[in-house]
Order: sequence, then structure tokens, then C-alpha cells
Amino acid sequence: MAIERFSKDHEWIRVEGGVGTIGITSHAQSQLGDVVFVEVPDVGRKVTQGEAVAVVESVKAASDVFVPVSGEVVESNGDIVGQPALVNEDAEGKAWFFKVKLANPGELDALMDRAAYDTFVKETS
Amino acid sequence: MSAETDAGPLQRTPLYELHISLGAKMVPFAGYEMPVQYPLGVLKEHLHTREQAGLFDVSHMGQAFLIGPDHATTAAALEALVPADVLNLGRGRQRYSQLLTDDGGIIDDLMVTRSISAADDGRLFLVVNASRKEVDYAHIAGRLPKSVRLEPAPERALIALQGPAAVAVMAKLSDVATSLGFMAASSGCVGGFDCHISRSGYTGEDGFEISVAADKAVDLAKLLLAQDGVQPIGLGARDSLRLEAGLCLYGHDIDETTSPVEAGLEWSIQKRRRSEGGFPGAKRIQDELTKGAKRRRVGIKPDGRAPAREGTEVLALLGDAIGKVTSGGFGPSVNGPVAMGYVAADYAGAGTPVNLMVRGKALSASIASLPFAPHRYARKS
Repeated sequence: MAIERFSKDHEWIRVEGGVGTIGITSHAQSQLGDVVFVEVPDVGRKVTQGEAVAVVESVKAASDVFVPVSGEVVESNGDIVGQPALVNEDAEGKAWFFKVKLANPGELDALMDRAAYDTFVKETS
Repeated sequence: MSAETDAGPLQRTPLYELHISLGAKMVPFAGYEMPVQYPLGVLKEHLHTREQAGLFDVSHMGQAFLIGPDHATTAAALEALVPADVLNLGRGRQRYSQLLTDDGGIIDDLMVTRSISAADDGRLFLVVNASRKEVDYAHIAGRLPKSVRLEPAPERALIALQGPAAVAVMAKLSDVATSLGFMAASSGCVGGFDCHISRSGYTGEDGFEISVAADKAVDLAKLLLAQDGVQPIGLGARDSLRLEAGLCLYGHDIDETTSPVEAGLEWSIQKRRRSEGGFPGAKRIQDELTKGAKRRRVGIKPDGRAPAREGTEVLALLGDAIGKVTSGGFGPSVNGPVAMGYVAADYAGAGTPVNLMVRGKALSASIASLPFAPHRYARKS
């Protein structure tokens, strides 16, 4: 069973077999508006929880994507680089950004589950 | 023409409630609560304006009358502040110009219109940027001869209808609008409302700017929005449209540190003024007109897909810093990133390869001629 968590920076992570798939939430893409450019990290890069490792740009502005857990990037999604609009269409599905092999699964405890994230969005918007 | 967010309570235009009812996302802009986008979204709003027609609330901009005893007197009073030839501006004609500091920096850019009616001779209609209204009005009022006065018109709203379908909409609703060529203006009716109409805008498309009494603005806007092909367009698309059209945004592409020649606006300084001078900063500007300015505003086209935003450093291929991006983003009609900025004159030629420092990486780009999207004005000779 995959564990799904959310960050206060509006990233989602789905962890299965020690590897977390990471993207931005549907709420985040709706706030950004039309996504026109995406940059994802190189495979093999060592990343630290909270580090800005990817970029998503809409017509309006550029935003960093922060990695919610530490580890090593094992895959990144070329589809969204070629087709940034996928992020608007399916932010929490096909438009994942990259996958990280977790160095410290305990870091997940600091993140929110979906119910807590939904409350967080309601309270902050 | 401008941005900047000031502190203090936000003002609302007469169309505020209409924006809300249309589902607009409101943001602070130049001291006003303005629609940045509607449910259509920035990208589609932009493309819609280039394909059909967009309605923009530009009521936040400053509208004012400069009133003197006759055209020559009023024109001379304004010519002391701007480098355009106002004296020879025909009745019902409009010109773009700049209020200048004593050393030729740009206090604001503005539109100047001479009334079409002979009975109104001595009246000029000015439209200035929202963010510069107070500065401009104090500057102008403090430098007028006794016989000329400035009368701001805050009781007027301003609605822009832009795009290739605008002319058909206006043909249906207005008696005079379609007889106007680009940069011409007239009083006239739109859907029965008394308006002042000019054929101009800030998108690079054919279109109109319609000044109307604030208490008629909602009804007029609703009437225009009910026409085929007209959608409300927010500030987001307004910015990408004007960027693709190569038009300056005050406070970003021009300010008190940039001269009209550096900004590539010398086309707005007519021959008589170039030789006679007599405007603030004339010596510097005449000098730049003959010898060239040290830096120039240029278009910059990134080679890749990454947008280069305002503030991005521009480097020569050998690594020297040669300038900065002043406006940059994604151009929906270009379908790629576009930018403009200032570079040292030696690098200002179209096609010159440069690098842009984006997030610590040098991205290749080249200097491009402006506009990125061809102007489609309704020029009549």
C-alpha cells in the first residue's frame, strides 16, 4: 500500500517500496494557472528535504518545487518537460515530476495526510 | 502602460462588482483591486484577444484635461514637459509621448489627444498610468502658465476593446468609431452612451479605448460583453499581449533613469522638436539622437523554453555583463518565451547572440527586433 503525504509547499509524495513519486498538488496548479515550462532534476542527484530541485512556470510566474524528503533522484518525468500543460490536466497523476529513493523514511512523519492537507488549504486560502 | 503596487487602502474601479460577477481573480495593482484573470485563464484570454476581441477595464488609468485659451497656448504648455510635437497635432488626433525629468528621464508615458471639435480648441485629453497619476498631476500642474489648467477626470471610466473583431462590434454599436484610423479619436456614441472613443490600445491589435462616465460604465461594459466574440480580459493577458507587441510597461521597461532614446521611443519625437528642443533633458536627448545612446531597449528571444523574467542578467558570450531583462515571460502567440531589456549599444543589433543567467545557469538567447507579434493597427493614410 502506498503512503501518500503532502507538504506545506503544496507538493505530494506517494511512497512505495522505499521510492517516493513527487509532484505538485491540484490546488497548486490551479493557483499557478497555465503551466508553460517545467524543469526537473537530473537522475542521480542527491537531494535534501526542503531543497528547491525543480521549477514550474506559469504565464504569470516562476515557482520552485521543493523536495519533501531527502534521498537520491532515481527518475524524472520527461513528459511534463515536453508538455507542460499536463501539469494543469493531471497534477496528481500523469504529471508527476520526479522519483526519489528515500534516505530517511522518518521524514514522512513531518508531512500531512490528505485530510490534514485539505484543511491546511482551506485555512490558508 | 504601468504596474507597481502601493501601500494603503485599495481603490476600486466602477466595474469592480462586474469583475466579481464574471468570476475574476482580483489582485492589487497600482493602488487598485484589479482583475488579473477570469475563469478563461491568462493563456486563453491572450489568444482570444489576438483571434477575436477582448474587453479590458483600464479605468484605473488617469484621465485628465489640459485646458487653455487656444490650441497654441495649451500645446506650448505641454510641449514644455514632453518631447512630442503637440502644436501640429491635428484635431481628433492622438500622440504617444513622455513626461521628462530635467535630465531626460521618463516620469511617465502618456497619450495626448486633441479634441476633434473646433469649439473645444485649447483642450487636450491626457491618459496617464495609474501608478503615476499623483506624481504626473503634481508635476504638470506645477509647471503650467497661468492661462492653462489641469483638470483630472476621476468621474470617467476607461474601457478598451482590443482585437480583430473589435471593429465589427463597434460598427454595430457606434456612429463614428469605425471611421477613425489608428491614433484618431472622436466623441461619439457607443450603444447610446456618450463616449470619447480613440482607435488605439496596448495589445498591438486593432482596437478602441472608450472613455465613458463612471455611472454608465457597467451598462456599457455589459453591452460590449454581450456582443459576439467579446470576452473580458485581465491584467495577466494584458501584460503578455503588450510584451509580445514590444510596448513599454512603466516602472519596468521605462522609468526616471531611462531616456526615450535609450528606450527606443525616438519615433515619438517629431522632427520639429528634435531640432528645436525646448523640452526637459533636450540636450541629452538631442545628443543621443545624433550620436546614439549608450544602451538600448531591445527584444530578447531565449533559444530554449525557459522564460527569463524581469531582473535576469544579460551576458555577452565572453561573459561580460551587458544588461538586464526588464520584462520577460511566456508569449502565448509566439508559443515560447519572450523578453525585453536594456543592453549596451554594441550588442543591440538584432541577431546578436547573448546569454541569460536563469537560476544560476547561462541560457542562450539572441537579440530580437520588436515586436514579437506583428502590430495589426488600422492605419489610414
